[in-house]
Amino acid sequence: MWLFILAELSVFALFFLLFSALRRYDPETFNAGQQLLHPVAGLVNTLVLLTSSGCVAEAIVRLRQHRPGALGWWLLSIPVGALYIPIKLWEYKQLVAAGHDLDSNAFFTGYFLLTGFHLLHVVLGLVILLFVALRIKQGAYRQGQISGAESSACYWHMVDLVWVILFPLIYVIH
Amino acid sequence: MKYQSQSVARLYFIAALGLFAGQILFGLIMGLQYVIGDFLFPAIPFNVARMVHTNLLIVWLLFGFMGAAYFLVPEECETELYSPKLAVVLFWVFLIAGALTIVGYLMVPYAALAKMTGNDLLPTMGREFLEQPLITKIGIVLVALGFLFNLGMTVLRGRKTVITSVLMIGLIGLAVMFLFSFYNPENLVRDKFYWWWVVHLWVEGVWELILGAILAFVLIKTTGVDREVIEKWLYMIIAMALITGILGTGHHYFWIGAPEYWQWLGSIFSAMEPIPFFMMTMFAFTMVRKRRRDHPNKAAVMWAMGTGVMAFLGAGVWGFLHTLAPVNYYTHGTQITASHGHLAFYGAYAMIVMCIISYAMPLIRGRVANSQKSQRTELWGFWLMSISMLLITLFLTGAGILQVWMQRYTDTPLPFMVVQDKIEIFYWLRLISGVGFMAGLGVYFWSFFIGTEEEAAKDNAQMMAMAK
Repeated sequence: MWLFILAELSVFALFFLLFSALRRYDPETFNAGQQLLHPVAGLVNTLVLLTSSGCVAEAIVRLRQHRPGALGWWLLSIPVGALYIPIKLWEYKQLVAAGHDLDSNAFFTGYFLLTGFHLLHVVLGLVILLFVALRIKQGAYRQGQISGAESSACYWHMVDLVWVILFPLIYVIH
Repeated sequence: MKYQSQSVARLYFIAALGLFAGQILFGLIMGLQYVIGDFLFPAIPFNVARMVHTNLLIVWLLFGFMGAAYFLVPEECETELYSPKLAVVLFWVFLIAGALTIVGYLMVPYAALAKMTGNDLLPTMGREFLEQPLITKIGIVLVALGFLFNLGMTVLRGRKTVITSVLMIGLIGLAVMFLFSFYNPENLVRDKFYWWWVVHLWVEGVWELILGAILAFVLIKTTGVDREVIEKWLYMIIAMALITGILGTGHHYFWIGAPEYWQWLGSIFSAMEPIPFFMMTMFAFTMVRKRRRDHPNKAAVMWAMGTGVMAFLGAGVWGFLHTLAPVNYYTHGTQITASHGHLAFYGAYAMIVMCIISYAMPLIRGRVANSQKSQRTELWGFWLMSISMLLITLFLTGAGILQVWMQRYTDTPLPFMVVQDKIEIFYWLRLISGVGFMAGLGVYFWSFFIGTEEEAAKDNAQMMAMAK
C-alpha cells in the first residue's frame, strides 16, 4: 500500500511541478484563470475532505483499542466525503457554462486534469471506504488484524493530502 | 519437464530462434544500406528490408511467447495441455503464413502484394509494423484464438496460480489489442491514434504482463523463493506497468493532431514508466540473493537478471530520455528513437524469450541443465549480444544527439541528408557492433550443440552435491 501511495503521490507531484512550471512561463493566463474559480467551493471541499478523514482516523483508533463506535465513525465518513462530488461537479458545470474546458488554455488544461484525476481518486476512495465498512460490519477486524482498514485509511488520507496541496496551488497562490 | 505436452514448446522455440537469425540478417543488410545506399538495390530496397526486420522481430517474439506459454501453463496448472495436437497444427499454420508473408514482401512489390491479397476489400496494410496482408492478419487472429482456447481449457481444468492469470491476461490483451490493426480510418490522426493502441499498448502494456509472468516463473523455479513472495512482487509490477503504461500512450499523441492535453498526460505518465522496469530489476536481483537453492542452470538465472537490467536501461532510461514533450519536440523520429527501440526490444522482450528458452530447452531435452561447457558458451553468447546491443544503442544515441543538434535544435538547420552524411561514422560503428551481435547469436546457437548427455548429467550431479 505504501508503494502504491508513493506512486500516486509521484504522479500528482509531477502534475504540480508541471503546473507550476507552466505558470512561470505565462503568469497572466494563470492568474486570469484563477480569478474564474470559486474559492469558497474549494474551501468547503477542503473542509469536507478533512472532516471525512477525521472520522476515518477516529474509527481506526477505536478499532485498534477495540472500543465501540468504530463502525459509526467509519460510516459517517462516507456521506461527508461524498459531499465533495456534487460540489466539484457544480464547479465544473459553472466553468463549462462560461465556456471554459480542457482545451481552453494551459491553466484550464491543468485545472481540469488535476482536479479530474483527484476527483477519480475521491470516487475510488469512497468505494474503498464502503468496502471496509462492510468488512467492519462483518466483524473482520475483531481479531486485531486491522492492516486492511489501516491501509484504506492511509489511502483516504492521501486523497485529502493531495487536495490540501492542490487547493492553494490552483485556487489561492498568485 | 513434468508434463509430456510441455514439449510442444520446443517447436516454437526453434522457430523463434530461426526467425531471430533472419531478423538480425536483415538488420545487417539495412545497417549496410545506411552507409552504402545502393547495397542490394533494387533486389531488396531499404523499406522492404526494414519491414522484414521489424516484422520478423514481432513474429519471433510471438513464437517465443507462445512457446513460453505452452511450457509454463501445464507446469503451473499441474495438468497436461488441453490439446498438444492443436498446438502443433497452429504452429505450422503460423509458421507457413509467416514465411509466405515474408516471401511476399521480398518477391513482389508491396503494392502488388496488397492487390493480390485483397487489401481493397478491407484496407489494413501500409502502416508501420502492421504491414501484413489482410489474410495474414486474419490468420494471426485465428492462431491466437486457437492458442488462447487451448491454454484457457488447460487453465480451467488445472490449478490456478497468479502467474498463469497474469500471463493469460497479457496474452488475451495481446490478441484483443491486435484487433485494432483492422481499424484503419481515412482520417490520418484517428488512424495514428488507434494504431498506437496496437503498438504501444502491446509493448508498454500487455507485453509487460507476459514478461513479468515469465520472469516470475523462471525465478520461482531457479531460486526456490516462496511463491507468495514472488506473487506479491508480480502484483506490484503489473499494477505499476498498467497505471503508467496505459495513459503513457499519450507520449505518442504529442504531435499527431490529438488535443493538447495529451502533452500533459503523456509526459507525466510515461515519465513514470521506468518504475515497473526498475522494479523488475530489483525483483530479479532480490530473488536471486534470497535464493533457497542453487539451481544448476546458471545461464537461465543470468538471462533473468540480464533482462531486468537491460529492460530498465533500454525501456526505462532510454525511453525517459526523450519522453517529455518539450524534449520530444526536438528528438521525435530521430536516431534517439531508434536507439531506444533497439535496447528496449532486446532487453525486455528478446532477452526474456531467451531466458525461458535457456530454462526450458534443457528440460525438454531431458536434463536439468546443460553441461558446464555448454552453459559457458551460452554465457559468451549472452555477453557478446548484450555488449554489442549496448554499443549499437550508444552509437545510435550519438548519431541522434548530433542529428538533433545540427538539424533541429539550431538557428541554422542543415538539410536532413547533409546531416546524415556528417554522422556517417556512427553508422559504420553501429554496423560493426551489429556484426558483433550476429557473432554473439552464432555463439549462442552453437551452445545448443555442445556437451553430451553424460557431461550434462555429471555436471548437474556435481552441482547438486555442492549445493548440499
